[in-house]
Amino acid sequence: MRIVILGCGRTGAALARIMAAEGHRVTLIEWNNDSLERLGGKFTGAVITGNGLDEDVLKKAGIEQADMFVALTEGDNRNLMAAQIAKDRFHVPKVIAKVNDPIRAEAYRERGIYTICYSLIGSAMIRDLAYDRPLGSVEEYNVVPPELKD
Amino acid sequence: MYIIIVGAGNVGYYLAKTLLNAGHEVLLIERDKRRCELLRDEFGESVMRGRGDEIRTMREAGADRADIVVACTGDDEDNLIISQIAKWYFNVPRTVARINDPRNESIFQQLGIDATVSSTNIIYHLIEQEIEAGEVIPLAALKRGNIEIVDIELSTRSPVVGKRVQDLPLPPDALIVCIIRQENAMLPHGDTVLEANDSVIALVSAQNERQLRKVFAEEQYE
Repeated sequence: MRIVILGCGRTGAALARIMAAEGHRVTLIEWNNDSLERLGGKFTGAVITGNGLDEDVLKKAGIEQADMFVALTEGDNRNLMAAQIAKDRFHVPKVIAKVNDPIRAEAYRERGIYTICYSLIGSAMIRDLAYDRPLGSVEEYNVVPPELKD
Repeated sequence: MYIIIVGAGNVGYYLAKTLLNAGHEVLLIERDKRRCELLRDEFGESVMRGRGDEIRTMREAGADRADIVVACTGDDEDNLIISQIAKWYFNVPRTVARINDPRNESIFQQLGIDATVSSTNIIYHLIEQEIEAGEVIPLAALKRGNIEIVDIELSTRSPVVGKRVQDLPLPPDALIVCIIRQENAMLPHGDTVLEANDSVIALVSAQNERQLRKVFAEEQYE
């Protein structure tokens, strides 16, 4: 698979290393050179330094041929904008975005961007642990519970 | 008109001031606490602290009755999401997003934002167009072909009132497709006579929009 990852934070770096080690063609986009240290010495993928909302940068990262695009920066809106560019502009078949605001995560998931909300997953998981309940599936955790809807 | 402005930087600040002076109902949403406190003295209840990209904030702001939402924070990605939320969740008729990188214009358009602008001045002119009678309101830009659909409301002082459609000095690549008179839509013929308070829907190439506007505008003939 050809995978373009935006953002070399902890998640981006970990995903890049795992997928590259499994033989996929990974390209990582990051504008802060310091963050690239997280990749360690053995990363076999490519790195593009630049702004991931810039089409030229995305093209350089090979988004036109990508099978998957993952937006993992710190900014929810940044991830959502990048994901929409990947999906609507470059027609990448699989697009995933990290979104920390549960409501926004749901809003965009309903519109075809697969969003992963760590805050929802983490809090739902901890609740199950608190009650000593068996853990549920990520899919269950990744939806907004009624308590958070208002 | 009720106008919500998200982002009280310089652009949002002066825009709010201008619109308030022009007599509109304005709500300025700003996420920074200190900035809000500073603005409170001047704007009073017209300032609200919150994030315009959060549905809850926008609901509190009464976005469902807003005529226009202007997203003018300093970040293009925030302005995109603010505009999309306003449209999807509150059916705001018109969203205007400030963009910093002009190359984002076509992306925003593709993603459903009605208008993008890159400076205070242009935002104000866009809103002015929305507000004043006799002005041309771009309804939509067709994605291919560079054609716009515009809505022109005729004031009593418009020079075209009482004229037949066939006698209008229309620019090239302009076509009047519909006239809305007292809530009734009619397909105009060459001998249809325009009346005050008609809404004229026209197709026009982007480069001739200004010329078309001049035909209907009152000031030029006064």
